[in-house]
Amino acid sequence: MEAELKTMTTKDKLIAEFESSKNSLFDNIQLREQALEAFSKQGIPNRKSEEYKYVNIELSMKGDFAFSSSKKLSAKQIESTQFLKDAIIVVIENGKFNSESSKVNSLPKGLQILTISEAVSDESYTKHYTKYADINSDVFIALNTAFASGGVFIHLAKSAVIETPIHIIHISSVSENTILNTRNLIVVEENAQVQFVESYETVDLSAKSFTNTLTEIVVEANAIVSHFKIQNECELGSLISTTQVVQKGKSVFSNHTFTLSGSLVRNNLNIVLDGEHIESHLNGLYLTNGNQVVDNHTLVDHRKPNCNSNELYKGIIEDKSSATFNGKIYVRKDAQKTNAFQSNKNILLSDDGTINTKPQLEIYADDVKCSHGTSTGKLDVDKIFYLRARGLSEASAKKLLMHAFASEVLDSIKGMEELHNYLEERISKRFE
Amino acid sequence: MLSIKNLHASIDGKEILKGVNLEVKAGEIHAIMGPNGSGKSTLSAVLAGREDYEVTEGSVTFNEKDLLELLPEDRAKEGVFLAFQYPVEIPGVSNVNFLKIALNEIRAYKGLEPMEAKDFLVRLKEKQKLVELDGKLASRSVNEGFSGGEKKRNEIFQMAMLEPKLSILDETDSGLDIDALRIVAGGVNKLKSKDNAIIVITHYQRLLDYIVPDVVHILYNGKIVKSGPKELALELEEKGYDFIKEQVGA
Repeated sequence: MEAELKTMTTKDKLIAEFESSKNSLFDNIQLREQALEAFSKQGIPNRKSEEYKYVNIELSMKGDFAFSSSKKLSAKQIESTQFLKDAIIVVIENGKFNSESSKVNSLPKGLQILTISEAVSDESYTKHYTKYADINSDVFIALNTAFASGGVFIHLAKSAVIETPIHIIHISSVSENTILNTRNLIVVEENAQVQFVESYETVDLSAKSFTNTLTEIVVEANAIVSHFKIQNECELGSLISTTQVVQKGKSVFSNHTFTLSGSLVRNNLNIVLDGEHIESHLNGLYLTNGNQVVDNHTLVDHRKPNCNSNELYKGIIEDKSSATFNGKIYVRKDAQKTNAFQSNKNILLSDDGTINTKPQLEIYADDVKCSHGTSTGKLDVDKIFYLRARGLSEASAKKLLMHAFASEVLDSIKGMEELHNYLEERISKRFE
Repeated sequence: MLSIKNLHASIDGKEILKGVNLEVKAGEIHAIMGPNGSGKSTLSAVLAGREDYEVTEGSVTFNEKDLLELLPEDRAKEGVFLAFQYPVEIPGVSNVNFLKIALNEIRAYKGLEPMEAKDFLVRLKEKQKLVELDGKLASRSVNEGFSGGEKKRNEIFQMAMLEPKLSILDETDSGLDIDALRIVAGGVNKLKSKDNAIIVITHYQRLLDYIVPDVVHILYNGKIVKSGPKELALELEEKGYDFIKEQVGA
């Protein structure tokens, strides 16, 4: 048996694992089987897979993996990952909801937080679960849908305004190589308002963790949702993080993705603008070094008229690290009077670093305003000289310029001072 | 204070400065005039430590130190200040924040503690007034969206904040209307003392009506070909640079 395992491909291992564990997974067995089939059809991406050609997934998934971990961190270790004082804390430890460390008792009116497996009988869950993330569109959506085991369902009732941010902390601490498939569903009903922070941390990690998370977010009419992703994993952590958003009329959704570390980070952010007068904001900052690989794929799908989307992704690439930005914008035939803007700017600090940037606009409507721009360069020597001529050392001049570059994304965080300050400090430290 | 001897400098293998000699003492104002391409900006760039230029011969001594051996930031820390002809815009870096860092790095070099926040603010207010710089401009990103005149005023504001021993004003008058010129010149005059020195590099005599030099030098073809009292600038203005060309037999 052991010899057999060694010759099996990662794909075969995953299929075998599914067969042996499917009956212990919560609900949706049919859906899971369909998803597994979709996974099996697509296979693990390799260098020839158009959508994953810049990230070596095969390598990250090589070897034997467990699918859960019984390791538990101390309350103190978990507390160390809580950078917001005033927040509703949801801790997901090694893919499982940790009720002791979460602070979800006495929630504000209109807010409901359940584990994803508890939610199966919820009406809203049934209405929305797996309805937006298409198992045939992406192999990791398929894999997650087949294996989904932990995660949370968050529901905001109509017109509920939650002023305290909800902080979902994903922690990996495994002691043997593990694949985690965490699944979240967030439903924000009409006219409700909320801010989510999802952070990805590794604590006391002694083996490789491969986290494949998928969060579906439903933003109903007139709702206002801010979603922050803070990616802080160590070099043993690989992360595939998919955020699938659907927005209804007159809603506002903004996503801010900060990738500060991690060996391999792939973000898929897909937003469907399914209504009129919608506003979508996509802001990203990635600071890569060492051998890190960071890949941001975004998709903004304008399906109806009179909507605005605005996207700004910036990166600083050091050492032998590599970063990819792929920004797709679809403007469908019906989506007249669309305003869609996209910008990707990069600073390459080393000769060995790589940046791949690819804006991809597909426009089928004729009365629209769309633009995209991309730039990659080194730090401006004239600016460095100007600062040095005023007495700043070369190192502090560079630090100041990198900070200035990053601050454009940082300052897009509005009304979240604590988070802003936390990131500001993290980023400043990084440039030292 | 500053002693330049037989300075030769080139860029991309082309010699621009061909033996400049200049002595500047504390308390003096020197004007360097010259036609386009004579090497005026090269001289200021070499003094500030711009790395694109290669010094091939000669020496520059500043308060007994070999200036050419120093990094640009150390020259600033020793008290050399260059007011740029074309100040760069630096989005995202606040003027005030950057001046605070600069000031404290200069202080650390001299073995001094960082400036108290309160004292810094007092100095900021005082110097802003000196060059009539709007408080809003002072706290904005360095030169971002500033008009030409505002950029030049910001240079003099920085000079006021950093209190250098030797200031080199590289065509600070270019692009300034007469009101802005008066303000900038007024600021420079207020900063002048018996302990510091100023080199004014200009193409036109106009600025020298407001910042009155002790000595005027004419730089031509990489060399100082004539030096004289302030009246030399007037003569140059009247007769044009051709008269110099004739005199040096070019």
